[in-house]
Amino acid sequence: MLSAAMRDWLLSDTPHSRWQARAGRLYLGWLAFARNPLALLGLLILLLLIVMAIFAPWIAPHNPLFGALEDRLLPPSGEFLLGTDEQGRDIFSRIVYGARTTLYIVCLVAITAAPVGLIIGATAGYVGGWVETVLMRLTDAFLAFPKLILALAFAAALGAGLENAVLAIALTAWPPYARIARAETLSVRNSDYMAAARMTGAGPARILFGHIMPMCVPSLVVRVSLDMAGIILIAAGLGFLGLGVAPPQPEWGSMVSEGRAQILEQWWICTYPGIAICIVSLGFNLIGDGLRDVLDPRGA
Amino acid sequence: MAMNEPILDVAGLNVRFDTPKGEFHAVKDVSFRMCREKLAIVGESGSGKTQTGRAILGLTQGRVSAERLRFHDIDLLGLDAGGWRGIRGRRISMVMQDPKYSLNPVMSIGDQLVEAGRHGRSPEKARGMALDMLAAVKIRDPLRVFRAWPHELSGGMGQRAMIAMMLMAEPELLIADEPTSALDVTVRLQVLAILDDLVKTRDMGLIFISHDLNLVRTFCDRVLIMYGGRVVEERAARDLQSATHPYTRGLLACAPEIDRPVPRLATLQRDSAWAEVTP
Amino acid sequence: MISIQDLTVRFGEVRQQVTAVDGVSLDVAAGESFGLVGESGSGKSTILRAVAGLIDNWTGAISVDGRPVTRRRDRAFYRLVQMVFQDPFGSLHPKHTIDRILSEPLIVHRIADIENRVRAALDQVQLGARFRFRYPHQLSGGQRQRVAIARALILGPRLILLDEPTSALDVSIQAEILNLLSDIRQQSGVTYLLVSHDLGVVAHMCDRFAVMRQGKVVEVATRGDLATGSLSHAYSRQLLLASRGYDRAVIDAFADE
Repeated sequence: MLSAAMRDWLLSDTPHSRWQARAGRLYLGWLAFARNPLALLGLLILLLLIVMAIFAPWIAPHNPLFGALEDRLLPPSGEFLLGTDEQGRDIFSRIVYGARTTLYIVCLVAITAAPVGLIIGATAGYVGGWVETVLMRLTDAFLAFPKLILALAFAAALGAGLENAVLAIALTAWPPYARIARAETLSVRNSDYMAAARMTGAGPARILFGHIMPMCVPSLVVRVSLDMAGIILIAAGLGFLGLGVAPPQPEWGSMVSEGRAQILEQWWICTYPGIAICIVSLGFNLIGDGLRDVLDPRGA
Repeated sequence: MAMNEPILDVAGLNVRFDTPKGEFHAVKDVSFRMCREKLAIVGESGSGKTQTGRAILGLTQGRVSAERLRFHDIDLLGLDAGGWRGIRGRRISMVMQDPKYSLNPVMSIGDQLVEAGRHGRSPEKARGMALDMLAAVKIRDPLRVFRAWPHELSGGMGQRAMIAMMLMAEPELLIADEPTSALDVTVRLQVLAILDDLVKTRDMGLIFISHDLNLVRTFCDRVLIMYGGRVVEERAARDLQSATHPYTRGLLACAPEIDRPVPRLATLQRDSAWAEVTP
Repeated sequence: MISIQDLTVRFGEVRQQVTAVDGVSLDVAAGESFGLVGESGSGKSTILRAVAGLIDNWTGAISVDGRPVTRRRDRAFYRLVQMVFQDPFGSLHPKHTIDRILSEPLIVHRIADIENRVRAALDQVQLGARFRFRYPHQLSGGQRQRVAIARALILGPRLILLDEPTSALDVSIQAEILNLLSDIRQQSGVTYLLVSHDLGVVAHMCDRFAVMRQGKVVEVATRGDLATGSLSHAYSRQLLLASRGYDRAVIDAFADE
């Protein structure tokens, strides 16, 4: 796969630049990840999802938003691979376009909830005192509600729509990350290398961002990737209850919902989007497991 | 039993580990025989001293091979799980470096001692023996320690309780892997004195694994010096000053001495040939 | 260089308070190498941490270079005082390269010319530029301790606190590190405050030293006192006897823990 010279450069014991040192570390991580075939399967699923989302207009054979009424409720065939729904729309095309919605939700939640949790948790753990009490009780308050119920309440209050669904999910997703970040912070706070960082005269912000947060990131990455499946399911749940994406935009959860009336006669309408949800959730779980083995050997 | 009859006979012992980077040869062709004496295995980190001790008890993760590994007339290489049960903790015991990790934190010291000495004895007899053993390792209030939990004991006390536990089965051979390295210097010597007395009074053999050449010189009878998995030199402890191998001499020279201060310490010039197996 | 008056450090809540350091006074001259020797729990490392500003629950007076220090240390303090920790595996950030570990103090203190200073520091501890972009886990214990020493040196401090700098190392590596520390003091005239449980190390490195027990200094002696065995306190003599190795006859006379 890689040339021998490239591999030697990456695995060198004496890197010549910051860039080479970092690349070598990443490569070692990749080697450990790639030893796990299930994790690779998860990665393959994620890549397929991304490809589907990017090239949706070329992959989808039909218009996902509008169908012809004479094509209503057709079973899977050569023309309509996975059948059509009540409005004559091609299910396969809608699933392909739905990948965009799923990826959008997952990415937005990850880049909002994880940093918020990291900053709150690490700050609470490092500063301690009343700051910690306030931040962690707030976290506990959020954790006390079931996730889906809380997301529902937010989504209902904010109104239906993709952005609001993302916001609702992100608001319910950060508390576990804050707890993880705080726990990691407490475990490294009194180490000698933190004492050494204080001995350089560094201020709290530099220690927090430069020294403590890098130690929290691995377990957060693992947790976020394992949570992805749950986020997809909550998004699907919101869609199912009509609080997610506005119709006629395709979204897997609302597609399952739309098909539920015909689940016995026209089973394909809700089965195929359901399978898509299943596969992608599984993919993220497999990636999370693989990452845990690489980043967090304690859990293995 | 005669004093000079060998209780352990090791010949051509090898321990190998499979690592992602290939095979790692941790112990190379180690041979020695020991009687009821205090035998030291000395070396720096990575010298293979710990793996040698573990291989004798079949406790290493690596692959063990040997021409001969005999304890009295028992071939340790051919033992099955049942055979090991009759040896480990009964006829050969092992004391580890840190009592924190060797004592069960959710059992009182007394229960652990009784458990260790239970086989073939009534509970009352085992209990009486446990108290005797705690007294034998110079614990002043055996009953208090008998009832104590591991976390209530100091490092020195914990290590004494650990040794008492190992002695419950009255082993013929005790393998002690850095048993005193985590202890303060005065407590260390007190624990060593206990081991010393036990070897004398109970006619026991002791393999003392250590990195401290100076300590071993004054404590043991015979010393094996290991480097890179090989035994590079074997000497009577009192003759250690006249050691010939450059590694041994280097180790002796580079430790700072209280009585003879020098402006600069000698450093060790390593030679890769020391770790190579001589045909 | 450093003067400590009546330093007391207490840990824990009021009810079960532990006095780790109990009214210790010490004076160390500029350029001197002063040792603190004692067994675990004697309070020797706690003194270093109080001086370094890593703990703030102390009472008494500490002054460094003629200036009294306060509980909160300003940045200038750390250009004067640096520290080397006991465990070379725990004192380097596992996710930072050696380059970052050495540049960080320079960035914090806004010192220019980072490139050359990092290289010079690596040379000073005899590691060389090829170690610069490695991570700590790619280094041996001795090499890590050299990095820790380089980090302590890079701001050009006048007092270095050495907390058992070699106790986690093999004896042959210890010799190299101790020689390096001696060379550095000879070249730069820096003051050392060295904590060790090993009388041999203290005798080799320090002109004078204090023997500590249960938070108190029992005796201040010189290297000469040690060599001639003229220590005045019974505990110091016991420590000296114990350091000479195993002797069954003397052990029964030891005061128990």
